[in-house]
Amino acid sequence: MIVDLQRFLNRNEPQWNALDALLTRIEQAPDDPLSIADITRLHALYEHASNNLVELNSALSNPELRAFLETLVMRAYSEMYSRCTRTARFSPKRWLLQTFPQTFRRHAYFFALACAITFGGILFGTGATLVDPPSREVLMPFGHDRVDPRKRVEQEEKSSLSHTSDRQAFSAYLLQNNARVSLFTFASGITYGTVSGILLFYNGAILGAICTDYLVAGQGRFLAAWLLPHGSVEIPCILFAGQAALLLGAVMFGRRSPLRLGLRIRSVLPDLVTLIGGAVVLLAYAALVESFLSQYHSPKIYLLKIAFGLIQLALLSFFLMYSGRPKPT
Amino acid sequence: MKSCDLQIQTPEGATFSLRLASPALRGIAVFIDVCMMQLLVRVLQSFFVAFQWISPDFATALYIFLNFLLSVLYAILLEWFWHGQTLGKRLFRLRVMDACGRQLTFPQVVVRNLLRVLDSLPSFYLLGGGIAFFSPRGQRLGDMLADTVVVVVQRQRAPNIQPLLAGRWNSLRDHPVLEARLRQGISPEEATLLLRALTRRDELAPPARLTLYRELAADIQSRVTFPPTLLEELTDEQFLRNVLDSLFAFRRVTGG
Repeated sequence: MIVDLQRFLNRNEPQWNALDALLTRIEQAPDDPLSIADITRLHALYEHASNNLVELNSALSNPELRAFLETLVMRAYSEMYSRCTRTARFSPKRWLLQTFPQTFRRHAYFFALACAITFGGILFGTGATLVDPPSREVLMPFGHDRVDPRKRVEQEEKSSLSHTSDRQAFSAYLLQNNARVSLFTFASGITYGTVSGILLFYNGAILGAICTDYLVAGQGRFLAAWLLPHGSVEIPCILFAGQAALLLGAVMFGRRSPLRLGLRIRSVLPDLVTLIGGAVVLLAYAALVESFLSQYHSPKIYLLKIAFGLIQLALLSFFLMYSGRPKPT
Repeated sequence: MKSCDLQIQTPEGATFSLRLASPALRGIAVFIDVCMMQLLVRVLQSFFVAFQWISPDFATALYIFLNFLLSVLYAILLEWFWHGQTLGKRLFRLRVMDACGRQLTFPQVVVRNLLRVLDSLPSFYLLGGGIAFFSPRGQRLGDMLADTVVVVVQRQRAPNIQPLLAGRWNSLRDHPVLEARLRQGISPEEATLLLRALTRRDELAPPARLTLYRELAADIQSRVTFPPTLLEELTDEQFLRNVLDSLFAFRRVTGG
């Protein structure tokens, strides 16, 4: 069938123009609420354009006209079926104090799993360092394998006061580096969580190897004072990224879910973004602590640093467990 | 890449298609974005040189921090506030869209951009580009995870076909039998082809246009016999316009 194009255009163009104008207005101010009259009008015009498109698709007509109508229907469809997703305004305070801890608790199982994998890595690193000392070359990054803990502690304690000149740049560098590691751990979740699991295990192995090295050398106090102030936040952040990656992996496996893969992933996207966003925000704080406190190695403040780290860890745990819980009525 | 279009059917029964962007075009858009980011980094660098005399440490920290923020947030913020477009995509009329035709959500924008750390491996987006090339919907890893596609933005104006039709001066209208034979002898596909040939008139070079219209007119005349007197004063183009008018505006003649 050939459509009488001119008549078709004359009959329907005013409605198309009205729909186009309404959509343009909505697109220019996506956060403005629509009135009932606008919604009714949008719905009516969308249905009219949809009918026109069905009419055109059942006949052969001008491809340009069909492309125009398809674009119009697509824009209207997009507004009709997605409007609710843009209405809630983002509040950073609510997100950090409510959404993030709530999301963490909702998927606490995957955090526990990330902890277990990392702990497995710590045990492996500890065992490897004790049983096979040459393995330190593989397990210890940033030249730690060539450093004798006793000599390093001695050196750091002597020079601790001279390291004050480049603290801010160092903290920015740490934030950048740690955030990249977290993002990579999260992104690797697309491999059904396997690469993320390997990364968590490897991080644990490094941590275990370094800790064992210092403990065997009798430098436990230095180690705790060095790692706890920033590690009590930084390590959980890596674990949040691991939690997000393992959640993604589990969703991709999709056991016991009737939904197709795309819909399963779509259902957890906000939670993934919340977890990784929370990790990056806390990493910024951890980077500041690491450059301004952790690297200040004076034996006089070791106990203070250890106490700071432990209190911080307790506060973080309390925040994750209780923040954003509904108040009992 | 197996197909160029993504078909979406609405609950109302209408079907629309999104023209998927080719990996090559997307690669060029990414290149533009990378150049833009480099430019911004250079501007930042020169800006922070001025800060050096206050505190070199603070200036360096700020530079590292903003450089990192820029590399992560450039695409996220632009795609969110420009409805799926970065500068490079805007230049090439590309847009990120939800694969179901709905609006992009913020988590989708974030996730598809965070996955760039994998897509860009080992370098120059080789992994992401390769996967997009073989993906049926041209999706890199980030797109697959966020369920998004990158499409070419289509034209948004209704075509004006009035000037293409013969208007009041269609000599074929005086021969209803010939018009009926035309509608019988020309298939809808051929009518569409004829309409496209006339719509794209100004895109064709004059010699090519004359040749095309001559061949189309000859083809039609070989299938429907017209009295020589009717064709005497008509150019090929005018003849085709008359035929088009008779084909696409037939109800006006019959009063339908």
